Amino acid sequence: MSAITFEKALEAGAAAAVAEPAVVAVARSEPAASAASTASVASSAVPVARDGGAPSPKPESRAGEWLRAAARATLPPAIGLAVMIGIWYLATLSAGGSLPGPVQTWEAAVKLFADPFYSNGPNDQGIGWNVLSSLQRVGIGFGIAALIGIPLGFLLGRFATLSSMVNPIISLLRPVSPLAWLPIGLLVFKKADPAATWTIFICSIWPMIMNTAQGVTRVPSDYMNVARVLNLSEWKIFTKILFPAVLPYMLTGIRLSIGTAWLVIVAAEMLTGGVGIGFWVWDEWNNLKVEHIIIAIFVIGIVGLLLEQMLIAIAKRFSYE
Amino acid sequence: MKKFVQVEDVGMRFDTKKGPFVALRDVDLAIEKGEFIALIGHSGCGKSTLLNLIAGLTVPTDGVLICDGREIAGPGPEREVVFQNHSLLPWLTCFENVYLAVERVFGAKEGKPKLKLRTQEALALVGLTHAEQKYPHEISGGMKQRVGIARALSMQPKVLLMDEPFGALDALTRARLQDELMKICDATGATVVMVTHDVDEAVLLSDRIVMMTNGPAATIGEILKVELPRPRNRLELAHDPRYIDYRAAVLSFLYEKQAHHEKQAA
Repeated sequence: MSAITFEKALEAGAAAAVAEPAVVAVARSEPAASAASTASVASSAVPVARDGGAPSPKPESRAGEWLRAAARATLPPAIGLAVMIGIWYLATLSAGGSLPGPVQTWEAAVKLFADPFYSNGPNDQGIGWNVLSSLQRVGIGFGIAALIGIPLGFLLGRFATLSSMVNPIISLLRPVSPLAWLPIGLLVFKKADPAATWTIFICSIWPMIMNTAQGVTRVPSDYMNVARVLNLSEWKIFTKILFPAVLPYMLTGIRLSIGTAWLVIVAAEMLTGGVGIGFWVWDEWNNLKVEHIIIAIFVIGIVGLLLEQMLIAIAKRFSYE
Repeated sequence: MKKFVQVEDVGMRFDTKKGPFVALRDVDLAIEKGEFIALIGHSGCGKSTLLNLIAGLTVPTDGVLICDGREIAGPGPEREVVFQNHSLLPWLTCFENVYLAVERVFGAKEGKPKLKLRTQEALALVGLTHAEQKYPHEISGGMKQRVGIARALSMQPKVLLMDEPFGALDALTRARLQDELMKICDATGATVVMVTHDVDEAVLLSDRIVMMTNGPAATIGEILKVELPRPRNRLELAHDPRYIDYRAAVLSFLYEKQAHHEKQAA
């Protein structure tokens, strides 16, 4: 609903832009869009506040407070989004129609998401399937990386000799673009799909190794002294002290890894083909459906955001103090 | 049997970037069973170093430490430490923190119900039965320190080593915990070595006060025997001339005999 009101506001701004220079129009479209978003927030928030506030002794002041808090939380991001869409719109105007604007993209998206899970053979599948198969590749590659990287990180953190043995290798390999590993994967696995998974594996293993190892070396010496004074067994030290103390670092590593993996999968799939959001982007470029590429950018962004938020929520669950 | 913990000719040298640093030299001390010893001195005088040596957390570069007829080569369950900053594991409840210690010492011989009972008894001893299921971040600093004491006591150590256990607490909480500690010591007959820089605390609690000279190369300067009858009451003692004398003796050691050195060092 709010997106439609933004667009109406933008159309109003665009009408002004036809007559006036583009720079002035930017300035004008901003207040128009923000006014529209204020209206939409207010209109949707008021009934909710009334329902919730009715049984309390002072419904009006509480509803007012709630409304103000809601406005403070939602207004700035809404304005930001509206400005972005406004700039996009104006950019498409000046590009002369080769770049699809918000309205065109919205219409294409409605059509696209009406049936996200269709399947007409391996090269023509719904966007839902493409996203899911990308997620599957990321899941497998990342999962293997976690199985190897996290225990390796613990070992590196615990044993200094091993750490000084392996650290130069990590320093050498970590800055290499993951895509440079793709041909090696193709050569070894002879297939596109495991090669893409291999690329995900190699790019997501480094943050997990490094963060876990760092977490182990940063376990407060107080806790290790407790372990020594209580004379705990190695197993107890690991389960009761090392693992819980390192967990926040480990989760940071996992979050960075998933972020990188999601970045890399799009590029890897563009090169390998098959079903996947990266391949889909390339395919739509070949079909010259640019609005679909823009939709894919949003989808990739939203999925990445959801992955990140999910891991932040998990990390919050496991933070002590 | 009389000399329970023996510290013989102990010296401690740390290798730093600027060359060796001598923290302790020629420390000789014999502690009897059931005795309460306070280690007092200015900061940097090696009190905590000496305590860590008795705990076995560090090994001396010179001399030898003996506990109950055996050389101290590492930490052991017969010597428990109460750390300055409580050192509870934040991801375990108070109960679990104590249980971890109980399980380690008695787990081989006793079943779970008995271990749980021991844990509950230890927490009851410091008056924390109501906070058993709370996490360390949910309780006050004084309560955390009490859990730390409960954890140490639950292992039934022969020697209780306390590194400024009440240093981070406010005066009222500190006084209450000191009273509790005295009661626990009377009840259990524990041998205690406590690091402190609170003169009142040292006189109130100890049988002997070991006063350390200033570092580097600190050693024992004087040992003051505190012959006040137990149980001790802080209110009555406040006006007791013997208490005032003891207090004055410690103060004079710290601020007359050792003050000069501190200025030199600074």
